[in-house]
Parts: sequence; C-alpha cells; structure tokens
Amino acid sequence: MAGCGAPDEPPLVIAGKDRGALRLSATGRKAARLGLGPGLTLADAWARVPDLDVVEADPGADDRLLLRLAAACERYSPSVALDPPHGLVLDVTGCGHLFGGETALCARLGGDLKRAGVGARWAVAGTPDAARALARFGKSGIIAPGTDESAVRPLSIAALDAPPDTLLALRRAGLKTIGDLAGRPSAILSARFGEALAAKLRRTLGRETAPLTPLRPPPPVRVERHFPEPFLHMEQMESVLAGLIEAAACILEERGEGGRVFEASFFRSDGEARRVAVETGRPTRDAGAVLRLYRERFETLADPVDPGFGFDGIRLGVAACAPLGAAQVSLDGRAVEAAALDGLVDRLVARLGRERVLRFAARDTHLPEAAFAMRPAADAAPEAIAWTQPPPDDPPARPVRIFDPPQRIEQVAALVPDGPPRRFRWRRVTHDVVRVEGPERIAPEWWRAGTDGVTRDYYRVEDSHGRRFWIFRAGIYRETADPGWFLHGLFA
Amino acid sequence: MDRSTRIKTLAALRTQLAGLDGRPVAGAGVRVALGAPAIDATLDGGLARGAVHEIYAARPADAAAAAGFTVGLAIRAAGEKPIVWVRQDFLDHEAGRVHPPGLADLGLDPGRVLLVRAKDIAALLRASGEALRCAALGAVLMEPWGVSPLLDLTTSRRLGLAAEESGVPALLLRVAADPAPSAAATRWRAAAAPSAPLEAGAPGHPAFDITLERRRGGAAGETWAVEWNRELGVFRERPALSGAVVSLPAGRPHRAGAPDGGLRRAG
Repeated sequence: MAGCGAPDEPPLVIAGKDRGALRLSATGRKAARLGLGPGLTLADAWARVPDLDVVEADPGADDRLLLRLAAACERYSPSVALDPPHGLVLDVTGCGHLFGGETALCARLGGDLKRAGVGARWAVAGTPDAARALARFGKSGIIAPGTDESAVRPLSIAALDAPPDTLLALRRAGLKTIGDLAGRPSAILSARFGEALAAKLRRTLGRETAPLTPLRPPPPVRVERHFPEPFLHMEQMESVLAGLIEAAACILEERGEGGRVFEASFFRSDGEARRVAVETGRPTRDAGAVLRLYRERFETLADPVDPGFGFDGIRLGVAACAPLGAAQVSLDGRAVEAAALDGLVDRLVARLGRERVLRFAARDTHLPEAAFAMRPAADAAPEAIAWTQPPPDDPPARPVRIFDPPQRIEQVAALVPDGPPRRFRWRRVTHDVVRVEGPERIAPEWWRAGTDGVTRDYYRVEDSHGRRFWIFRAGIYRETADPGWFLHGLFA
Repeated sequence: MDRSTRIKTLAALRTQLAGLDGRPVAGAGVRVALGAPAIDATLDGGLARGAVHEIYAARPADAAAAAGFTVGLAIRAAGEKPIVWVRQDFLDHEAGRVHPPGLADLGLDPGRVLLVRAKDIAALLRASGEALRCAALGAVLMEPWGVSPLLDLTTSRRLGLAAEESGVPALLLRVAADPAPSAAATRWRAAAAPSAPLEAGAPGHPAFDITLERRRGGAAGETWAVEWNRELGVFRERPALSGAVVSLPAGRPHRAGAPDGGLRRAG
C-alpha cells in the first residue's frame, strides 16, 4: 500500500510463504515500476533486482489495519463492509450532503487516508460490484448515476472475480473485456460457467444490485455532528454528546420507542475512531440518565477516551430499540421506586460490567450446586420459580454460605461407617460434633444425560463452639469402598 | 412511665429536633427495632436507618455466623424493599459464596437481593456509595475481605453521609479484620453460639453471641445471646441453655458457686 520511498531507498517488497515458496504478496510503487508484482517468487525477484528491501508478510496485521480503517470510515457512512483482500465498501447513499456533495466526501476521505499513510484507489458507482470493479481495475472517480454500464464495459474480465480456469476459458474464447461478455445472452453464460458468473456480471454492469453486509448493522436511530475544526476538551465533548443524546431522545419519542443500547463513536482528526457503548436494563429516552451512564463509563474506562489532536465528529447510534409508551406515574410510588432501582442497576452495570451485577434465580432441581442461578440483572427477568421454604418452626435446611466446589474434610470419625460424623478436621482445625441431623440423602439426577455422580448423604452438624456446618459423604458404602467427606456450606 | 414509652417519647423528640435543625429527617431519625426488648432499649429504640453499622466476625471462623446476623439486621432494616449486597470476589474462595436457598431459609427472599461483585475494595466502595444514594433500597450490605487502608475514617464518614441523606442503612460486614476508627453508628461483634437443640439432638435455630462494642453517643459493651426467628423475622433473646452447662445434681444448693456459702471446707 505505502512505500513510495525516497529515490535512494531500495524498492520495497512484501514476501510471504505461499504454495511452498517465498512469494511476493505486495510491492511498493518503485518495485512495481521495476516489473515486480505479486505472485513472483522472492528468488526470481532477487535475480531481477538484487537490492531489495524485503519485509515479511503479516496477513493478521493487514486485517487489523483494514478493520481500523473500516471503523474510521464509519464517519462517512454508517454502513461499511469489508471487501477482502484490502478493500472496503461504503454505502454512501444519502451521506453526500453531510459533507457537501459526493465529490467533497471523496476528497475528504482521500485526504484522511493519505494522512494515515495509506494509498488507496476508489470509485463511486451505482452498485457495490461496479464500484469494486472500477476501483480495482479501472481508475478512481465518481461515475454519474445510470452510466455504470458504459464505465465498466472496457474493464478486463479479471474484474469479475471469477476462478482462474473460468477466466482462462473466457480468454480462450476471445472474450477479454466485460463489454464482450455483456453482449452475450445471459442464459448461455450461466449454462456454460454457472449462474454465479452471470449474476456477478449483471451486478457489475449495474443491472441489479446485491445487498451489502455491513461490518456492524447500522443503528435504527442515529444522530451525528461534524465540526470544521477539531476540539480538544472533554467538557466540550460531553456537551456535544449531551446535545446528541437529546436529539436521539426526540427521535425515539416520535417513534414511540426507547433505547436499550447507546453507542457513541468519537472520530479523531487523525483518522482514529473510538466507540463507547452503554446499556440500560429497560428502554429509556431519558437524556439525563443516559448522559449520567456515559459519565460513569468514561470514569471507569481502562483505556480512557483520548482526544489526541482533537475530535472532529461524534455520532450517537441507538443500536437496540424497544417500544416504550408514555409513562403514567402511579400514585403509590412503587413505579418510581422500581425505576430508581433500574437506574441504579444501569449505573452499576456501566461502572462494573454486566456480569458483575447479578440477581438470583431458583432452578427446579434438588442438586444443591444447581439449585440456583445467577443472572445479569440487566437482562430481562425470566419467569421466576418460587424458592422453597422450610416448614414453619424448622431451622434453616440450607446454609447461608456455600463452597463451590465442596471442600474436602479429613480425619472424619464416625461411630458406624454409615453413621453421622463425630469429629472432623477442616482447614487444619478439628471440630467435635455435638449436634447432628441427617442424613438427607441426595441422589444424582440419573434421568438427565451426563450425570455421573454418587449419592450424597448430607448432615447438618454443630460443633462444640456452636458453629454449624453442612457436610456430606460422597457415596454410600454400596457404591464405593472408601467414600470421601466434604464440607459444602456454613450455616449462620 | 415505663421504659419503652420513655424510649418512644425520646425518639419522637429527637426526630422533632432534627427537623428544627433543617436536616432531612428522611432516614436519619428512623429506627428499626431488632425485636429483643433489652437490645432495643440499649439502642434507644433500635438500629438507626440512615447510618453505617459495622459487624465484625469475632474470629474468622465466625464469618458465617456474622453473615447470618447481618442478614437478620438487613431483613429488619429493609422491610419489603430490595437489598443490594456488594461483595469482594476473593470471598467466594475464602468464605464461600452467597447461597440464595440459605437466604430464603433465613426469611430473606433472594429475588429481592441484587448481588454486586467487586474485584477489589476500591470498586466495592464506589459501588456501595452509588447504591447508598438510591433511596428506593432497604439496605446496602457491604462485604470486603480483610484490612485495607481504603477503609478508613474518611471513607466511613462519606458512607455515613450518603446513608444519612438517603435513609438507607449501610451494613458493613467485616471478616478477618480488627476494628479501626470509624464513623459508624454502631459496631457489633458476632460469634456463633450453640443452638437450642431440637428433638434427637438436631442443631436448632441460628444462634449468636453478639456484643455491642461501640455506639455513637451512648454506652456500649453489653453482650447478648440471641436467636433469629424466621417466622416473625425478629431477634429473640435466648434463655440460658441447659445443654451448655453441666446439669446440677438434685439436692445441691442452687448457688453452689457463690463465694460465701458454696465452698466445702475441709475439716
């Protein structure tokens, strides 16, 4: 891509292992002028030009660069798709006027890429395939609407991206340009080379269009502002963001919806882009609350938003919306309290992450370690199963603390092998059991696939200091010869 | 005037005075009774809602008992409102996880609990501070592990102010830590106690020995033996246990150990 190089520098080539040999995967301009091109083996290249600057190919780094460029290009269009290798497709329909026309947009994009040190070829056309063919095999420029076919016709059939044997067959038939193919009946082409080639031809000629698969689906609601001069201060950025959130809230209100995921993209003047997203538990269009969530998020970002040489654009997208009617405040204040709690959950989630703010849910099983689940509180609550309560006047049957996995206890002494323990040792302390209740026998769930456990006999025991434990013997003597003892929980 | 009426009058007067000061009366003056009359009398009517209360485990092995006592306090203080339980990650391995069926067995609906997992004490304090500002909560339960320079007087003052403003009590459960200066309204020391056995020698209801170690603006130092009653959701003072002491032989004088009459003289 880059590598124009000073006159006295050796020509730059990038080489990687390909089909059992070191081959050039890309070349600098100077090397290209010397006749070196992709696919040539490195040995041949050296034979032709002994003084070469060889860099090892790193396809991973290429992909990362392309993704970064794609993120930066989102300032020009919300719908950006990858076009491997080394290509990007932007759907700029309706985006041109934001930058003063398509010509101005292309000039700005070209300038950005140049500043980022990336050489690029580009074209604007009616369909993605036509633009791709023109950018890769024609010359950069904007094709006037409706003239795609005439612009594409002179291009080589290589622009159709067909397999090499197809291209060879076409060339042998004397069909060298797209124009040659365009005149042939489509049915004959698809009968000989398959429907894919015929479809590709139609799309490249602009006769039909294929939907673009953007890297990230464009958000249903988005507002953005671009600035002629970049600004450097976080306070300014926050006030711009506040304005955008309010604008988004107005749009959401018109749609009768609320946002659940808000995504702010900050475009830096040097081409970098940074995205910061916040989520809310239930749909909202309360601009103040969303801004507060953003403040929380900014405070706790491990990698703070860095203005660098300044931001010149901010976009706020509402990536997920849900219906939200106008709220009626109930008189008992219960709704207000519920809303306050939801707000707290959102702030905690923005601060700590969604997997750290949890709610308990009961599960319908008697296995102690599976009897409850912890779900992110930000998720919608599924229908709840009631928690079992012990009969009135019975002490707690389940401990207040549980160990996962259960902890092994040693030197367990029982009067009879099947009986309750009289003494055990846990964490290097010996406990003398003075009270005991049990066993509560819990068998593995044989009716579920993949259960291979042993029957457990649980005992509630209390030691001489009044500490209460939940311990079990893993296995009954019928099942194992030497069952182990474990401590599973601690009672209050 | 009996003692309890006097306590009520005093509490009412305090609330009135706080109102005259121009301070919000939302939570500061409100007290929740624990259910045991002797404790409530010492506390002037109960636990102050908008304040920080510290609960220390007497020994690390009493961590579960201290947790049980704290859950009891939270149930008393929260009423029907939700509870936020902020916990340091490290505790999961060291002291065990929170077991929701066990909470249900103590009388706290786990569906009302919001568990917040903090990776260190700084995160725990930030999350608790945020939660304490939410007046819709019934209580905020904080559970750090061990000692930290972050848990100092300034921090506890800050938490206390947040609690006072919102009226949400902050219950700070501390394990493997020694009491440090703080702005807490009360400081408790909880230890496990032998329970009153049920039939066939089964362990009974949760029982604790609790000591009121410190109380802002009042006497402290008393120890009570209490039991948690799930049905009523109250603490009850426990009568002296018959099982914990050696039973006396019949015919022996009751005050056997009394200094003047009990000792048998060789003669």
